[in-house]
Amino acid sequence: MGLSLFEKLWQEHRVERQDDATDLIYIDRVFLHERTGSIALSSLQADGRDVFYPQQVFCCMDHIVDTYPERSDETTMPSGKDFIVATRSHTRAAGITLFDLDDPRQGIVHVVSPEQGIVQPGMTLVCPDSHTCTQGALGALAWGIGSSEAEHALATKTLRVKKPRTMRVHFDGSLALGVSAKDMILHLIATHGANGGSGYAVEFTGQAVSELDMEARMTLCNMAVEFSAFTGLIAPDEKTVAFLQGRPYAPVGEAWQQAADYWRQLVSDADSIYDCELRVDCTSLEPQVTWGTSPQHATGISGAVPAPGDVDTLERAGREKALAYMDLQVGEPIAGKMLDAAFIGSCTNSRISDLRLAASVLKGRKVAPGLRAICVPGSMLVKAQAEAEGLDKVFIEAGFEWRASGCSMCFFAGGEHFGFQQRVISTTNRNFESRQGPETRTHLASPVMVAASAVRGCITDPREFL
Amino acid sequence: MLMEEFVRHSGIAAPILRGNVDTDAIIPSREMKRVSKLGLGEGLFAGWRYLTQETRNPDPQFVLNQDAYRGASILLSGPNFGCGSSREHAVWALKEFGIRAIIAPGFGSIFANNCVRNGVLALEMGDAEIKRIADWVALDAQRNRVLIDLPAQVVEAADVSFPFSVDPGAKRMLVEGLDAIALTQTRWQQISAFHEQRKQLRPWLY
Ligand code: SF4
Repeated sequence: MGLSLFEKLWQEHRVERQDDATDLIYIDRVFLHERTGSIALSSLQADGRDVFYPQQVFCCMDHIVDTYPERSDETTMPSGKDFIVATRSHTRAAGITLFDLDDPRQGIVHVVSPEQGIVQPGMTLVCPDSHTCTQGALGALAWGIGSSEAEHALATKTLRVKKPRTMRVHFDGSLALGVSAKDMILHLIATHGANGGSGYAVEFTGQAVSELDMEARMTLCNMAVEFSAFTGLIAPDEKTVAFLQGRPYAPVGEAWQQAADYWRQLVSDADSIYDCELRVDCTSLEPQVTWGTSPQHATGISGAVPAPGDVDTLERAGREKALAYMDLQVGEPIAGKMLDAAFIGSCTNSRISDLRLAASVLKGRKVAPGLRAICVPGSMLVKAQAEAEGLDKVFIEAGFEWRASGCSMCFFAGGEHFGFQQRVISTTNRNFESRQGPETRTHLASPVMVAASAVRGCITDPREFL
Repeated sequence: MLMEEFVRHSGIAAPILRGNVDTDAIIPSREMKRVSKLGLGEGLFAGWRYLTQETRNPDPQFVLNQDAYRGASILLSGPNFGCGSSREHAVWALKEFGIRAIIAPGFGSIFANNCVRNGVLALEMGDAEIKRIADWVALDAQRNRVLIDLPAQVVEAADVSFPFSVDPGAKRMLVEGLDAIALTQTRWQQISAFHEQRKQLRPWLY
């Protein structure tokens, strides 16, 4: 019997088996951010422990920093400055590479890592941030952990991990125009539930996945955690190798050849067996949008708000609460729902290809009167690239705010937000209650749908603009 | 740093019977104000617990504000409890508030790991059993206390013993109150040998 890619990576990193179904897994690289990394580092220091191999540890300032053009350590988040200052001094003391506020490479951790070539196929990478699975798009074993586990990884370069089961999700067929990786993953979660991937490392395969560019693959893997998966993973191919070539942290010369040869072998064997296999047909997939407060509350754009229905009782209670929170009626069409705001950003959809797609809809158009629209590029390098292509002008002329990079209003940390009970269409990954502001009502969608909806002022099928 | 042990625990159980209670709900991001693991109990479930966020006016509808459930140390909830953000603050907040165990049909995996690291038990049990326990508790929550016996792997409630399964590694960490880092550091030789070997095998990573 052959081995799946996940099994190969697991075996490659297993230091030893613990007596109890748990393995001690070697960690190649650790990422931190100022929100949780500051606490992990200060706690480690308080316990008198050192970072074992700081050369392999990186840190981003992204969660708490403001995204106003003129920003400083002062942030709108109450006591935000404390996190920024603490992170700066702890990373310096520990000898960790920090992408600080004034660094031209600053940005959201899961955007910066691939952009810099820090994540590479075949490695293990962890970060005290649940969306670390984004980086599985490059064929790495990358997963989110808590702060205590981050301390463990920093101090010992290992983690004690219970081996997850394996799942393959095979996406058949090709995507239609206006349909994207975001729609693939929302549809998967809506079909199999927000806990459908619980306990599994999920490999994404199939024609639709091969056809995605690297950035779209990151979008797909980003939301593996919203499926409750341990992580998402895509086998590297020529697109992956080409993506990494020339990146600052990618190997060069002979080492590059050696690495690339190794990466090309990283595929699941044809006869490998998974604990669970799912298939999704992409040919008839339409653009998706969420109606409720869990990513599983998604429907195609031509759909209507579903009844809480004959799902099991605890589930039903959640759906009823979601309908009340979102102020929606059962049976009402989701398209046409009036909006207060639109947001393009976050580690899900803020890369240059996302901005290009949104700009293609916005070009020569204006956002609906009274609608607040914001675009936050995923990194300062994405922002610079967009400006070189003139995309900033497209966004600004359409009526979008054009921001510096960071997590921004992907999550509400007590600072800037969309406002009480405002209805927002957003390219982010979580529509949880109050995620984007006090009782803010979030609808998740792809960048093209957010752009189209911003123009119309209501939830809109992007295909009308393409 | 030694963890608080979890062996046997008897306590008042409060029901939050809905699925997908995410970590943003358990501790809203705006409540994570300090570079610290402490001072989070006040912010636990803040969005549901308080009618007004600034003045912290308690919502009498919310279960943890009700006299019947005063002093609760166990939560009963629905599938996928603790999904979403990796913030360990969710566990720190629960713990500071006095919650020692959560009984639910399933948990977010990062959250479940965070629980083990902090001496909190994330206990998996079927929907029907949880509903049954909740119904019995609701008759008189202060008197109908739920007993969790981790070594024996049973929950005792309503004159019934409900068996549950638990990952053996997690069980040992909890029962003995072990510090994972100290435990791993006893494997130092194996780790550094692996590290040196990997430098040879995949030199471009170093
Ligand atoms: S952009 Fe949002 S989801 Fe991504 S790391 Fe930042 S806060 Fe988390």
